[in-house]
Amino acid sequence: MRFKNVFSIIGPAMIGPSSSHTAGAVRIGRFARQLLGEPPEAARICFYGSFAETYAGHGTDLAVVGGILDYRTDDERIRHSLQIAEDSGIQVHFTTGTAPGIHPNTVRILLSAGERTCDVTGASIGGGTISIRQMNGFEAKCSGELPTLVIEHADRQGVLAGITALFSREDVNIGYINTDRKGRTGEALTVVEADQVIPDSLIGEISGLPHIRRVSFIHLT
Amino acid sequence: MRFRNLRELIEICQTESKTISQIMLEDQAEESGQPESEITAVMTEYYQIMKTAVHKGLTEDITSTSGLTGGDAKRVETYRKNAEPSAGDIACQAMAYALAVSEVNASMGRIVATPTAGSCGIIPGVFVSAQERFGWPDEHLVRGLFCAGAIGYVIANNSFISGAEGGCQAEIGSAIGMAAGAMTELRGGSPEQAVHAVGLALKNTLGLICDPVGGLVEIPCIVRNGFGAVNALAASDMALAGVKSAIPSDEVIDVMLEVGSSMPSRHRETAQGGLAQTPTGRKIMKELRARKK
Repeated sequence: MRFKNVFSIIGPAMIGPSSSHTAGAVRIGRFARQLLGEPPEAARICFYGSFAETYAGHGTDLAVVGGILDYRTDDERIRHSLQIAEDSGIQVHFTTGTAPGIHPNTVRILLSAGERTCDVTGASIGGGTISIRQMNGFEAKCSGELPTLVIEHADRQGVLAGITALFSREDVNIGYINTDRKGRTGEALTVVEADQVIPDSLIGEISGLPHIRRVSFIHLT
Repeated sequence: MRFRNLRELIEICQTESKTISQIMLEDQAEESGQPESEITAVMTEYYQIMKTAVHKGLTEDITSTSGLTGGDAKRVETYRKNAEPSAGDIACQAMAYALAVSEVNASMGRIVATPTAGSCGIIPGVFVSAQERFGWPDEHLVRGLFCAGAIGYVIANNSFISGAEGGCQAEIGSAIGMAAGAMTELRGGSPEQAVHAVGLALKNTLGLICDPVGGLVEIPCIVRNGFGAVNALAASDMALAGVKSAIPSDEVIDVMLEVGSSMPSRHRETAQGGLAQTPTGRKIMKELRARKK
């Protein structure tokens, strides 16, 4: 079943005009913001496909920036997000691009705050549902539907076992998990989607494991 | 969910002597692990957003973000209050309310996707006007949203609900079917009658293409929401009168899948055919592009 519950039919509550061009775009922007973990100082946003063609008419630019401001899909401030970002001192730059075989509603977002940066590519696949295709150069995928941990770590034996053991000990069920690495024994990124909210204590413990570089908690409520 | 199609849904309703909305609420609670009270609270909040959008669209000066559309809901509402509408006052009211929500959507206002943003006016148009007419409490309409959700769940999983996949029949058509079935239950019709209303409604939108000018959710999406509300009332009336969908509603849903799957890409939300590629449609798109630069 592609649609799993009543709120994927009645819902989401959202700012118009298009569930894929606005609600989905807000969620991709918000994903990037939460991956960065703090308000950005600068945002570079590149639209592809149908997004590149119609982003101005649909307000997809306002939607992505609303997400970067950590707004929910139904936050009425989205209409004024560009102004709000400017007033907050966030530098926003838009471009359009082409890439072979890319989903027609794709956006790539690069955020920076001081030394910290993040890079997210996501597609809005309909009804406000999103599919994250790339994070910080890793081809790690996730939907943002569930509370999610993005863990950057060294690709060493036992890292994943350590992470899953802590989830098990805290009684948090893992719905999906996937890992991508840049090469053997190099850097890796693991995405864990959980069935319930991930407690701060668990995030702290995972951050303290050997070989862990950074842990981001993403929850697109 | 315990049901995959409308026939199974009716069987469960009959076996347990329950309404479609009751089954949807129970199954949602079972599936999500959330108590029914929490689920109902979310749906109640959604209904408030719908009512607010109706009010906003009827009372404020609404212009879409592109500047192409706005004000039609007010025009119809004023006309209905000052003239004798050919479709009658009730149908005209549902139409005005549906236009209102759809215009709020195009102006980047807050709405609930039912099932999509492009078709977000039909269910509020039918529900809010019916609430005023019959004096129903909010709880009754919230139950109706669960009924509409159950119908949409079946359509979405056996066919489609997005214009990009199946054309406008999948968005506006599905919303009309959902509103027609829910209205039938709200009026006291049986689950079987509600499901007949779905089939009757869907038969009237089969083949409808998605051809928005400039790719925007405005022309013809907004007026199709207005028409949709009126058609939902008509389908519900037929079902309550005892008219049956000679082709079972599940089979009509299968036809929507068949028709949508064979629809060319230019008629599935790409703005490369239909009304979008008329001389006027192209001219509007060109003007929008020029303004963007």
